[in-house]
Amino acid sequence: MLLLLLGIISLHVAALVLLFVSTIVSVWTTSETTTSDLWINCTLTNGGYQCEPASTGVWIQAVQALMILSIIFSFLSLFLFFCQLFTLQKGGRFFLTGTFQILASLFVMSGAIIYTVMSSGWIQKTDSFGFSYILAWVAFPLALISGLIYVILRKRE
Amino acid sequence: AKTKLTLIIIIMLFKHKQCQSQAIVIYTGWERHALVGSDIRLSCSFFSWRWTSEDVTFSWTYRPDGSRDSISIFHYTGGVPYVDNKGPFRDRLEFVGNPGRRDGSILLKNLDFSDNGTFTCDAKNPPDIVGRPSSVRLLVFEKVPIQAGVITGAIIGVVLGLLVLIVAIYYLMRFLVARRVFNLSVRSVPGLCPAALCQPGLCQGLGLTPEPIPGTETCVAKQA
Repeated sequence: MLLLLLGIISLHVAALVLLFVSTIVSVWTTSETTTSDLWINCTLTNGGYQCEPASTGVWIQAVQALMILSIIFSFLSLFLFFCQLFTLQKGGRFFLTGTFQILASLFVMSGAIIYTVMSSGWIQKTDSFGFSYILAWVAFPLALISGLIYVILRKRE
Repeated sequence: AKTKLTLIIIIMLFKHKQCQSQAIVIYTGWERHALVGSDIRLSCSFFSWRWTSEDVTFSWTYRPDGSRDSISIFHYTGGVPYVDNKGPFRDRLEFVGNPGRRDGSILLKNLDFSDNGTFTCDAKNPPDIVGRPSSVRLLVFEKVPIQAGVITGAIIGVVLGLLVLIVAIYYLMRFLVARRVFNLSVRSVPGLCPAALCQPGLCQGLGLTPEPIPGTETCVAKQA
Protein backbone atom coordinates (compact mmCIF):
# COMPACT_ATOMS: atom_id res chain seq x y z
CA MET A 1 0.00 0.00 0.00
CA LEU A 2 2.71 2.40 0.99
CA LEU A 3 4.70 1.34 -2.06
CA LEU A 4 1.75 2.17 -4.31
CA LEU A 5 1.44 5.57 -2.67
CA LEU A 6 5.14 6.29 -3.10
CA GLY A 7 4.99 5.18 -6.72
CA ILE A 8 2.05 7.45 -7.54
CA ILE A 9 3.58 10.43 -5.80
CA SER A 10 6.95 9.96 -7.51
CA LEU A 11 5.24 9.75 -10.92
CA HIS A 12 3.41 12.98 -10.21
CA VAL A 13 6.55 14.70 -8.95
CA ALA A 14 8.52 13.48 -11.98
CA ALA A 15 5.93 15.00 -14.33
CA LEU A 16 6.02 18.22 -12.31
CA VAL A 17 9.82 18.43 -12.43
CA LEU A 18 9.83 17.85 -16.20
CA LEU A 19 7.27 20.64 -16.59
CA PHE A 20 9.41 22.97 -14.50
CA VAL A 21 12.59 22.28 -16.45
CA SER A 22 10.83 22.54 -19.77
CA THR A 23 9.31 25.89 -18.89
CA ILE A 24 12.25 27.53 -17.16
CA VAL A 25 15.17 26.48 -19.35
CA SER A 26 14.91 28.45 -22.59
CA VAL A 27 16.05 25.81 -25.07
CA TRP A 28 13.00 25.05 -27.21
CA THR A 29 14.95 25.69 -30.43
CA THR A 30 18.67 25.21 -30.94
CA SER A 31 21.16 25.65 -33.73
CA GLU A 32 24.95 25.60 -33.89
CA THR A 33 25.33 28.96 -32.21
CA THR A 34 21.97 29.98 -30.81
CA THR A 35 19.34 28.75 -28.41
CA SER A 36 15.98 30.42 -28.33
CA ASP A 37 12.51 30.36 -26.80
CA LEU A 38 10.65 30.34 -24.52
CA TRP A 39 11.84 33.42 -22.69
CA ILE A 40 15.25 34.51 -24.07
CA ASN A 41 17.25 34.04 -27.23
CA CYS A 42 20.96 33.53 -26.67
CA THR A 43 23.67 33.71 -29.29
CA LEU A 44 27.21 32.42 -28.89
CA THR A 45 29.58 35.24 -29.82
CA ASN A 46 33.24 35.96 -29.27
CA GLY A 47 32.57 37.31 -25.82
CA GLY A 48 30.44 34.43 -24.66
CA TYR A 49 26.69 34.10 -24.70
CA GLN A 50 24.72 37.19 -25.53
CA CYS A 51 21.05 37.03 -24.62
CA GLU A 52 18.06 39.17 -25.51
CA PRO A 53 14.36 38.72 -24.72
CA ALA A 54 12.40 36.43 -27.02
CA SER A 55 10.06 37.83 -29.63
CA THR A 56 6.76 39.04 -28.27
CA GLY A 57 4.48 37.44 -30.82
CA VAL A 58 1.00 36.22 -29.93
CA TRP A 59 1.86 32.52 -30.23
CA ILE A 60 4.96 32.53 -28.06
CA GLN A 61 3.02 34.29 -25.34
CA ALA A 62 0.25 31.70 -25.65
CA VAL A 63 2.78 28.87 -25.24
CA GLN A 64 4.30 30.63 -22.23
CA ALA A 65 0.88 30.99 -20.64
CA LEU A 66 -0.08 27.35 -21.28
CA MET A 67 3.18 26.03 -19.80
CA ILE A 68 2.77 28.16 -16.68
CA LEU A 69 -0.87 27.09 -16.33
CA SER A 70 0.14 23.44 -16.60
CA ILE A 71 2.65 23.90 -13.77
CA ILE A 72 0.03 25.63 -11.63
CA PHE A 73 -2.57 22.92 -12.24
CA SER A 74 -0.08 20.14 -11.56
CA PHE A 75 0.88 21.79 -8.28
CA LEU A 76 -2.79 22.19 -7.33
CA SER A 77 -3.34 18.55 -8.21
CA LEU A 78 -0.52 17.44 -5.86
CA PHE A 79 -1.89 19.63 -3.09
CA LEU A 80 -5.43 18.29 -3.64
CA PHE A 81 -4.11 14.73 -3.60
CA PHE A 82 -2.76 15.17 -0.09
CA CYS A 83 -5.99 16.90 0.96
CA GLN A 84 -8.16 14.14 -0.44
CA LEU A 85 -5.89 11.46 1.00
CA PHE A 86 -6.96 12.49 4.48
CA THR A 87 -10.51 13.69 3.91
CA LEU A 88 -11.95 11.30 1.34
CA GLN A 89 -14.27 8.58 2.60
CA LYS A 90 -13.36 4.94 2.14
CA GLY A 91 -13.93 3.70 -1.39
CA GLY A 92 -13.98 7.17 -2.83
CA ARG A 93 -12.12 8.17 -5.95
CA PHE A 94 -9.64 10.97 -6.38
CA PHE A 95 -11.71 12.66 -9.07
CA LEU A 96 -10.66 16.22 -8.32
CA THR A 97 -6.97 15.36 -8.20
CA GLY A 98 -7.21 13.42 -11.44
CA THR A 99 -9.14 16.21 -13.15
CA PHE A 100 -6.54 18.81 -12.34
CA GLN A 101 -3.67 16.56 -13.43
CA ILE A 102 -5.42 15.70 -16.70
CA LEU A 103 -6.08 19.41 -17.30
CA ALA A 104 -2.38 20.07 -16.72
CA SER A 105 -1.45 17.43 -19.28
CA LEU A 106 -3.90 18.94 -21.77
CA PHE A 107 -2.32 22.37 -21.28
CA VAL A 108 1.15 20.96 -21.97
CA MET A 109 -0.15 19.20 -25.05
CA SER A 110 -1.76 22.37 -26.41
CA GLY A 111 1.38 24.38 -25.69
CA ALA A 112 3.62 21.88 -27.44
CA ILE A 113 1.26 21.60 -30.42
CA ILE A 114 0.97 25.38 -30.80
CA TYR A 115 4.75 25.66 -30.68
CA THR A 116 5.23 22.92 -33.23
CA VAL A 117 2.78 24.38 -35.71
CA MET A 118 3.47 28.10 -35.36
CA SER A 119 7.19 28.24 -34.65
CA SER A 120 8.03 28.10 -38.35
CA GLY A 121 6.97 31.72 -38.37
CA TRP A 122 9.95 32.95 -36.39
CA ILE A 123 12.72 30.33 -36.41
CA GLN A 124 14.97 29.46 -39.31
CA LYS A 125 14.66 26.23 -41.27
CA THR A 126 18.13 25.15 -40.17
CA ASP A 127 17.27 25.20 -36.47
CA SER A 128 16.21 22.05 -34.68
CA PHE A 129 14.07 21.49 -31.62
CA GLY A 130 15.86 21.65 -28.28
CA PHE A 131 15.62 19.50 -25.19
CA SER A 132 13.07 21.70 -23.43
CA TYR A 133 10.65 21.03 -26.25
CA ILE A 134 11.27 17.28 -25.98
CA LEU A 135 10.79 17.40 -22.20
CA ALA A 136 7.44 19.10 -22.72
CA TRP A 137 6.34 16.25 -24.98
CA VAL A 138 7.56 13.68 -22.42
CA ALA A 139 5.79 15.45 -19.56
CA PHE A 140 2.45 15.26 -21.41
CA PRO A 141 1.97 11.44 -21.33
CA LEU A 142 3.43 11.22 -17.82
CA ALA A 143 0.93 13.76 -16.53
CA LEU A 144 -1.90 12.11 -18.44
CA ILE A 145 -1.12 8.65 -17.04
CA SER A 146 -0.76 10.11 -13.56
CA GLY A 147 -4.15 11.80 -13.86
CA LEU A 148 -5.83 8.63 -15.13
CA ILE A 149 -4.35 6.65 -12.24
CA TYR A 150 -5.90 9.13 -9.82
CA VAL A 151 -9.28 8.80 -11.48
CA ILE A 152 -9.16 4.99 -11.34
CA LEU A 153 -7.65 4.74 -7.85
CA ARG A 154 -9.91 3.98 -4.90
CA LYS A 155 -9.09 5.00 -1.38
CA ARG A 156 -8.42 2.15 1.06
CA GLU A 157 -7.70 2.43 4.74
CA ALA B 1 44.51 81.94 9.78
CA LYS B 2 42.38 78.81 10.21
CA THR B 3 39.15 80.83 10.18
CA LYS B 4 40.35 82.68 7.08
CA LEU B 5 40.97 79.34 5.33
CA THR B 6 37.53 77.96 6.25
CA LEU B 7 35.93 81.23 5.13
CA ILE B 8 37.69 81.01 1.74
CA ILE B 9 36.62 77.36 1.35
CA ILE B 10 33.00 78.20 2.19
CA ILE B 11 32.96 81.09 -0.33
CA MET B 12 34.47 78.80 -3.02
CA LEU B 13 31.88 76.11 -2.33
CA PHE B 14 29.11 78.69 -2.54
CA LYS B 15 30.43 79.97 -5.86
CA HIS B 16 30.74 76.38 -7.10
CA LYS B 17 27.17 75.70 -6.07
CA GLN B 18 26.08 78.85 -7.87
CA CYS B 19 27.92 77.81 -11.01
CA GLN B 20 26.39 74.32 -10.82
CA SER B 21 22.88 75.60 -10.29
CA GLN B 22 23.23 77.75 -13.38
CA ALA B 23 23.48 74.82 -15.76
CA ILE B 24 20.55 74.51 -18.12
CA VAL B 25 18.67 71.18 -17.97
CA ILE B 26 16.95 69.96 -21.13
CA TYR B 27 14.07 67.49 -21.13
CA THR B 28 12.91 65.35 -24.00
CA GLY B 29 11.33 61.92 -24.03
CA TRP B 30 13.51 58.81 -23.83
CA GLU B 31 11.96 56.74 -26.58
CA ARG B 32 8.92 57.34 -28.78
CA HIS B 33 6.96 54.80 -30.79
CA ALA B 34 4.87 55.63 -33.84
CA LEU B 35 3.08 53.93 -36.71
CA VAL B 36 4.09 54.36 -40.35
CA GLY B 37 2.29 57.29 -41.93
CA SER B 38 1.34 58.93 -38.66
CA ASP B 39 2.51 62.23 -37.17
CA ILE B 40 4.49 62.58 -33.99
CA ARG B 41 5.26 65.51 -31.72
CA LEU B 42 8.77 65.45 -30.25
CA SER B 43 8.73 67.59 -27.15
CA CYS B 44 11.70 69.53 -25.81
CA SER B 45 11.69 71.84 -22.82
CA PHE B 46 14.32 73.15 -20.50
CA PHE B 47 14.82 74.32 -16.97
CA SER B 48 16.98 77.33 -16.23
CA TRP B 49 17.50 79.53 -13.21
CA ARG B 50 17.51 82.61 -15.43
CA TRP B 51 14.51 84.32 -16.91
CA THR B 52 13.73 83.25 -20.46
CA SER B 53 15.81 85.60 -22.55
CA GLU B 54 14.89 87.01 -25.95
CA ASP B 55 17.93 85.30 -27.47
CA VAL B 56 16.77 81.82 -26.46
CA THR B 57 17.70 79.22 -29.12
CA PHE B 58 16.47 75.69 -29.83
CA SER B 59 18.12 73.35 -32.27
CA TRP B 60 17.24 69.80 -33.27
CA THR B 61 19.64 67.37 -34.93
CA TYR B 62 18.89 63.95 -36.37
CA ARG B 63 21.11 60.88 -36.51
CA PRO B 64 19.70 57.91 -38.47
CA ASP B 65 19.98 54.44 -36.98
CA GLY B 66 23.28 52.86 -37.88
CA SER B 67 24.85 56.11 -39.01
CA ARG B 68 27.48 58.13 -37.19
CA ASP B 69 26.71 61.50 -38.74
CA SER B 70 24.19 63.96 -37.38
CA ILE B 71 22.32 66.38 -39.55
CA SER B 72 20.79 69.58 -38.26
CA ILE B 73 17.07 69.77 -39.04
CA PHE B 74 15.69 72.66 -37.04
CA HIS B 75 16.95 75.88 -35.50
CA TYR B 76 15.11 78.63 -33.66
CA THR B 77 16.95 81.87 -33.02
CA GLY B 78 16.17 85.55 -32.76
CA GLY B 79 12.46 84.76 -32.50
CA VAL B 80 12.35 83.03 -35.93
CA PRO B 81 12.09 79.26 -36.49
CA TYR B 82 14.11 77.81 -39.39
CA VAL B 83 12.87 74.41 -40.55
CA ASP B 84 14.63 71.85 -42.71
CA ASN B 85 14.20 72.65 -46.41
CA LYS B 86 16.89 70.43 -47.92
CA GLY B 87 17.33 67.36 -45.72
CA PRO B 88 15.29 64.23 -45.05
CA PHE B 89 12.47 66.15 -43.38
CA ARG B 90 11.80 68.90 -45.92
CA ASP B 91 8.10 69.80 -46.01
CA ARG B 92 7.45 67.35 -43.16
CA LEU B 93 8.68 69.38 -40.23
CA GLU B 94 6.68 71.97 -38.33
CA PHE B 95 7.54 74.02 -35.28
CA VAL B 96 4.78 73.68 -32.66
CA GLY B 97 6.65 74.94 -29.64
CA ASN B 98 6.29 78.07 -27.57
CA PRO B 99 9.73 79.55 -26.83
CA GLY B 100 8.20 82.00 -24.38
CA ARG B 101 7.04 78.99 -22.34
CA ARG B 102 10.41 77.25 -22.80
CA ASP B 103 8.89 74.72 -25.19
CA GLY B 104 10.80 73.85 -28.34
CA SER B 105 8.70 70.96 -29.67
CA ILE B 106 8.57 69.97 -33.31
CA LEU B 107 5.98 68.01 -35.29
CA LEU B 108 7.09 65.32 -37.76
CA LYS B 109 4.48 64.39 -40.35
CA ASN B 110 3.95 61.26 -42.44
CA LEU B 111 6.58 59.05 -40.80
CA ASP B 112 8.42 56.36 -42.70
CA PHE B 113 10.75 53.51 -41.73
CA SER B 114 13.74 55.61 -42.79
CA ASP B 115 12.94 58.05 -39.97
CA ASN B 116 14.12 55.61 -37.33
CA GLY B 117 16.91 57.27 -35.38
CA THR B 118 17.93 59.58 -32.58
CA PHE B 119 16.73 63.18 -32.33
CA THR B 120 18.76 65.52 -30.15
CA CYS B 121 17.44 68.80 -28.78
CA ASP B 122 19.82 71.50 -27.65
CA ALA B 123 18.47 74.61 -25.99
CA LYS B 124 20.37 77.71 -24.90
CA ASN B 125 19.09 80.50 -22.70
CA PRO B 126 21.79 83.22 -22.68
CA PRO B 127 23.66 83.77 -20.41
CA ASP B 128 22.80 80.23 -19.23
CA ILE B 129 24.44 78.19 -21.94
CA VAL B 130 26.14 75.34 -20.12
CA GLY B 131 24.11 72.18 -20.41
CA ARG B 132 23.82 68.75 -22.01
CA PRO B 133 21.66 68.21 -25.07
CA SER B 134 18.99 65.59 -24.56
CA SER B 135 18.15 62.82 -27.04
CA VAL B 136 14.95 60.98 -27.86
CA ARG B 137 14.90 57.78 -29.89
CA LEU B 138 12.19 57.35 -32.53
CA LEU B 139 10.96 53.88 -33.46
CA VAL B 140 8.58 53.52 -36.41
CA PHE B 141 6.47 50.37 -36.58
CA GLU B 142 4.20 48.88 -39.18
CA LYS B 143 1.74 47.95 -36.49
CA VAL B 144 1.93 48.48 -32.76
CA PRO B 145 3.78 45.50 -31.28
CA ILE B 146 2.22 43.66 -28.39
CA GLN B 147 4.13 44.12 -25.18
CA ALA B 148 5.84 41.07 -23.79
CA GLY B 149 3.68 39.31 -21.28
CA VAL B 150 0.33 40.96 -21.98
CA ILE B 151 -1.24 37.96 -23.67
CA THR B 152 0.53 35.55 -21.33
CA GLY B 153 -0.89 37.29 -18.30
CA ALA B 154 -4.31 37.58 -19.89
CA ILE B 155 -4.58 33.85 -20.65
CA ILE B 156 -3.35 32.85 -17.19
CA GLY B 157 -5.68 35.35 -15.53
CA VAL B 158 -8.73 34.21 -17.47
CA VAL B 159 -8.17 30.50 -16.79
CA LEU B 160 -7.47 30.98 -13.09
CA GLY B 161 -10.43 33.34 -12.85
CA LEU B 162 -12.69 30.71 -14.39
CA LEU B 163 -11.34 28.17 -11.91
CA VAL B 164 -12.08 30.44 -8.96
CA LEU B 165 -15.52 31.21 -10.38
CA ILE B 166 -16.39 27.52 -10.80
CA VAL B 167 -15.27 26.74 -7.25
CA ALA B 168 -17.24 29.68 -5.88
CA ILE B 169 -20.40 28.71 -7.76
CA TYR B 170 -20.06 25.11 -6.58
CA TYR B 171 -19.80 26.11 -2.93
CA LEU B 172 -22.59 28.66 -3.31
CA MET B 173 -24.95 26.06 -4.76
CA ARG B 174 -24.13 23.60 -1.99
CA PHE B 175 -24.70 26.27 0.61
CA LEU B 176 -28.01 27.41 -0.84
CA VAL B 177 -29.39 23.93 -1.39
CA ALA B 178 -28.45 22.77 2.10
CA ARG B 179 -30.21 25.78 3.58
CA ARG B 180 -33.43 24.86 1.76
CA VAL B 181 -33.34 28.21 -0.03
CA PHE B 182 -33.83 26.28 -3.22
CA ASN B 183 -36.68 23.87 -3.19
CA LEU B 184 -35.90 21.63 -6.08
CA SER B 185 -39.24 21.30 -7.78
CA VAL B 186 -40.02 19.53 -11.03
CA ARG B 187 -43.19 19.63 -13.13
CA SER B 188 -44.23 16.03 -13.42
CA VAL B 189 -47.15 13.65 -13.64
CA PRO B 190 -49.20 14.31 -10.49
CA GLY B 191 -48.34 11.86 -7.77
CA LEU B 192 -45.24 10.64 -9.54
CA CYS B 193 -42.00 12.21 -8.40
CA PRO B 194 -38.86 11.25 -10.25
CA ALA B 195 -36.00 10.03 -8.11
CA ALA B 196 -33.76 12.08 -10.32
CA LEU B 197 -34.96 15.03 -8.27
CA CYS B 198 -32.42 14.01 -5.63
CA GLN B 199 -29.13 15.46 -6.80
CA PRO B 200 -26.03 13.46 -5.84
CA GLY B 201 -24.50 14.96 -2.78
CA LEU B 202 -27.81 16.45 -1.69
CA CYS B 203 -29.63 13.27 -0.80
CA GLN B 204 -26.64 11.15 0.18
CA GLY B 205 -25.92 11.47 3.82
CA LEU B 206 -28.72 13.96 4.34
CA GLY B 207 -31.47 11.39 4.12
CA LEU B 208 -33.69 13.29 1.69
CA THR B 209 -36.38 11.85 -0.55
CA PRO B 210 -38.66 13.47 -3.13
CA GLU B 211 -42.14 14.09 -1.80
CA PRO B 212 -45.08 15.49 -3.74
CA ILE B 213 -46.63 18.71 -2.50
CA PRO B 214 -50.37 18.01 -2.09
CA GLY B 215 -52.58 19.99 -4.39
CA THR B 216 -49.83 20.81 -6.82
CA GLU B 217 -47.93 18.99 -9.48
CA THR B 218 -44.54 19.57 -7.94
CA CYS B 219 -42.26 17.73 -5.54
CA VAL B 220 -39.90 18.90 -2.90
CA ALA B 221 -36.85 17.22 -1.39
CA LYS B 222 -37.85 16.39 2.17
CA GLN B 223 -36.10 14.71 5.03
CA ALA B 224 -36.76 10.94 4.94
